Amino acid sequence: MGQIVQYIESYLSSNQTPGAAGNMFWSLVYIMLVFAGLSVAVIAMNWLERKILAHMQVRLGPMRVGPHGLLQPIADAIKLLLKEDIMPAEADGLIFWIAPFVVVLAAFTVFVVVPFGPTHAITDMNIGILFMLGVSSLSVLGIVMAGWASNSHYPLMGALRSSAQMVSYEVAMGLAVVSAVLMTSLNAEGTGTLSMIGIVQAQQAQGEWFIFKFFPLGLIAFFIFAVAMVAETNRAPFDLAEAESELTAGFHTEYSGFRWSLFFLAEYSAMIAVSSIAVTLWLGGWLRPFPNLLNGSPWDQIFSYFPGVTFLLFAAMCFYNTVRMPKHPLFRIQTIGLAGFGVVLGLIGLILFVPAVSMRVQDIFWFSAKVAGFMYLYIWYRGTFPRYRFDQLMQMGWKVLLPMGLGVLILTASVALLQQKIWHP
Amino acid sequence: MAPVATPFFFYLLAGIMILGGILVITRKNPVHSAVALIVTLLAQASIYLMLYAPFVAGVQIILYAGGIMVLFLFVIMLVSIDRSMKERQFNSQWVVGIIAATALGGLFIAVYTKGKDIFPDRALPMVENDNTQKIATMLYGQYMFAFEIASLLLLVAIIGAVVMAKKRI
Repeated sequence: MGQIVQYIESYLSSNQTPGAAGNMFWSLVYIMLVFAGLSVAVIAMNWLERKILAHMQVRLGPMRVGPHGLLQPIADAIKLLLKEDIMPAEADGLIFWIAPFVVVLAAFTVFVVVPFGPTHAITDMNIGILFMLGVSSLSVLGIVMAGWASNSHYPLMGALRSSAQMVSYEVAMGLAVVSAVLMTSLNAEGTGTLSMIGIVQAQQAQGEWFIFKFFPLGLIAFFIFAVAMVAETNRAPFDLAEAESELTAGFHTEYSGFRWSLFFLAEYSAMIAVSSIAVTLWLGGWLRPFPNLLNGSPWDQIFSYFPGVTFLLFAAMCFYNTVRMPKHPLFRIQTIGLAGFGVVLGLIGLILFVPAVSMRVQDIFWFSAKVAGFMYLYIWYRGTFPRYRFDQLMQMGWKVLLPMGLGVLILTASVALLQQKIWHP
Repeated sequence: MAPVATPFFFYLLAGIMILGGILVITRKNPVHSAVALIVTLLAQASIYLMLYAPFVAGVQIILYAGGIMVLFLFVIMLVSIDRSMKERQFNSQWVVGIIAATALGGLFIAVYTKGKDIFPDRALPMVENDNTQKIATMLYGQYMFAFEIASLLLLVAIIGAVVMAKKRI
């Protein structure tokens, strides 16, 4: 027993990713943790999306299952698992069966290289960002296969739209990524990197997030990526592949039950994946805000309290709503449940105040907080922007974003060259 | 760290590739052929990884499996599957096919049996950690001219495609 504890402790103080250390056991632990964290994030996102959209439209949203509808996603999951699984008689059985798995595999595999912290990644690859873009582009194959195999009109239309859209926006997205990768090469050796951890370390070394680098060039590249990533994930206002008012549900019209929920899971984890690409490339990954403006030990101390304070705030929100719960006896269990949830959140917050813990996990906190910001933006877009028409979408991709991306790439390269040759020779 | 490039993985991936390749040419349904081709290409990317060439593997996935195959499927989906299922498959060039296959197979057997004499017995240095950087400096340094010529060729092909597709430009 003591040996096990010692082993775990020796690993926790390691300064390598489990993949780099070649440790199979810890890689498996990390994979489990990432998978569990993602599933929880998808559940939370489901609830938050319904609540926030509802509040944007001056509705209440789910209120019945659990206090403030907190248990609604779980009820939904149970409903989906119990639902009858229908396969159309004229469908192509094999492809219809494979398609959801392709989409889910593509959406989850990319998290192998996502750097939640300098040591908190499953592994670090020499081709990290290329791997992420490549594997996430495989999800369109699953969508096309699903649309075609359903052997019905609406899914086919949805799949055609989706593949055309994704192929078009991948070009602009790639150009924006290249201009950020170019910025990593502005060091003494003059060689850049594609590794996800290396990109964040380059931002740390240059003392600047790439969104602010060569203002406004980094910002424009980030903007191009931020637009393209919404299109890549088929979300509003670019959700033509599943436009409810035109195509019932697009490529997954014929899917039901568990298979449909796989598409749902893949959509949300793909959203988290592309957001983490944006965070890694432009927003400094796991670095805390203002690393060079507010540096020194007092500021480090203050910023290390943030994770704990955030969880305490969540707990305070729970307690506030516990007090405001209806006093009817029928609501007693819900009230106790909400108070218990608040207590759990508060305990997590208190644990995060322990210096050893907060030093170890605050990089994960900052990374997740930045990704959460993007998740909120996704919901905000959906609540406010009307859907694009297909020709407008194509025009935007090929005639606006692509030339902008090319221009930003050329300008970034020129400015970087000028900086190295003339201003700081 | 123990190398992952064990013979087991090579035989597994090679088996998948051969199986996928056979499925590509024997399936009557073009979509099934395309899916088998995707499997083949992904297995090929894994073999590149085993050869310590991660950049080539990544490009293989992003270009072939993610880009070109999507366009393949895009076109195939618009073809009437019912008609192509009933049609006889194109196999009128089997004489040429057999000659080509025998020549290639003979070459492989020759290399397999006499390979020790033809090729120097030397292990490549493992450059996995700075593979991408090495490719970049070579592509934009030593082989700059060839790289630019290739990109010009691609530009001509793109312009040609636009000219052929559009009646009025």
